[in-house]
Amino acid sequence: MPEPDEQQPEPSAPEPSEQSEQSEQSEQSEPSAPPVPSAPAESTAADRLRRALFQPSRKQVVAGVLLALLGFGAVTQVRMTGHDDTYAGLREQDLIDLLDGLAGARQRTEGEISRLEDVASGLRDDTTKRQTALDQADAEVDDLNILAGLVPVTGPGIRITITEDTGRVRLPSLLDTIEELRTVRAEAIAINGKVRVIAQTSFAETDGGFLVDGVRLEAPYVIDVIGEPSVLSSALTFALGPKKQVEDDGGHLEVRELRTVDIEAVTRRAEPRYAVPDQGQ
Amino acid sequence: MIAVLGLVVGIVLGLVFQPDVPLGLEFYLPIAVVAALDAVFGALRAYLDGIFDDKVFVVSFVSNVLIAAGIVYLGDRLGVGGQLSTGVIVVLGIRIFTNVAAIRRHLFHA
Repeated sequence: MPEPDEQQPEPSAPEPSEQSEQSEQSEQSEPSAPPVPSAPAESTAADRLRRALFQPSRKQVVAGVLLALLGFGAVTQVRMTGHDDTYAGLREQDLIDLLDGLAGARQRTEGEISRLEDVASGLRDDTTKRQTALDQADAEVDDLNILAGLVPVTGPGIRITITEDTGRVRLPSLLDTIEELRTVRAEAIAINGKVRVIAQTSFAETDGGFLVDGVRLEAPYVIDVIGEPSVLSSALTFALGPKKQVEDDGGHLEVRELRTVDIEAVTRRAEPRYAVPDQGQ
Repeated sequence: MIAVLGLVVGIVLGLVFQPDVPLGLEFYLPIAVVAALDAVFGALRAYLDGIFDDKVFVVSFVSNVLIAAGIVYLGDRLGVGGQLSTGVIVVLGIRIFTNVAAIRRHLFHA
């Protein structure tokens, strides 16, 4: 019964061999058209759909076969897309574009790498620079510590022994001795193993000896000196030099060159109270 | 009803057999599927309009698929396969939208 019903509309539209084109045309005329035909079509469309669902026909078999084909193809395609690896489905041109893109990315990355390497080497330079500066500062601290007599030192040098035989050694003789040693760059001087002689060391004469930096010293005086041994000894023994002076005082000055002189005596660190570094320098 | 059953059967068959698409047809299957979708929606719309004809449906279905595949093939020969398949997809997509809009108007009057 419904089949003739169905077929009647088809002859009424016999030429829609281009179904979709027709639909497009109707779509274009849509703004004005829909209100008029939709009112009568609404019941028929719904009816048709209902009828199609419950009353199978030959057409439905055809449509079913085609839809089966569509479903089959769609599922296959979905599955292909699902576990396709990225490049298998690409065209030659796409692959070439991809390669170009990769080459560009590589170039950019290489540029980035070289830039970062520059930065790294710059940082390394900075580090080495800082390390060098630190090393230099350390060395300078060592030098200054030795100069200031803050640390025990060891090295080649001489040992001077001044004994009093017939008279007392005068202070000028001792000072001259020290001065001669300084002139030839004695690096560290200690007297009797008790007093380290530095720039600020004071000398004074007292009963039966000297007051050096407030420490009372008595004969015999043993002066340990670190420096070039031969130069140091010749600085004392030249004509009319300290040796002669001490002998004039009635003493005796003996010099021994030693490969190793240990100076244990240190001074206490004295914070300067008045002098501050000049920032303008 | 049979049409819906057919769709289900096709999907089930595809899931069961898991066919491998030959490499040469790899570019055409997605286009063909979209073209077939367009034909199906066109047919549904025609059915709701009361002008459905199974012969027309079969012809439009097959020709849609063939033409879409042919365009892509031609594009591939010309070296613009990617762009042309994009174009075909866009056009078919627009048509599907149009058809679905008409169907919606039929069913929901909106």
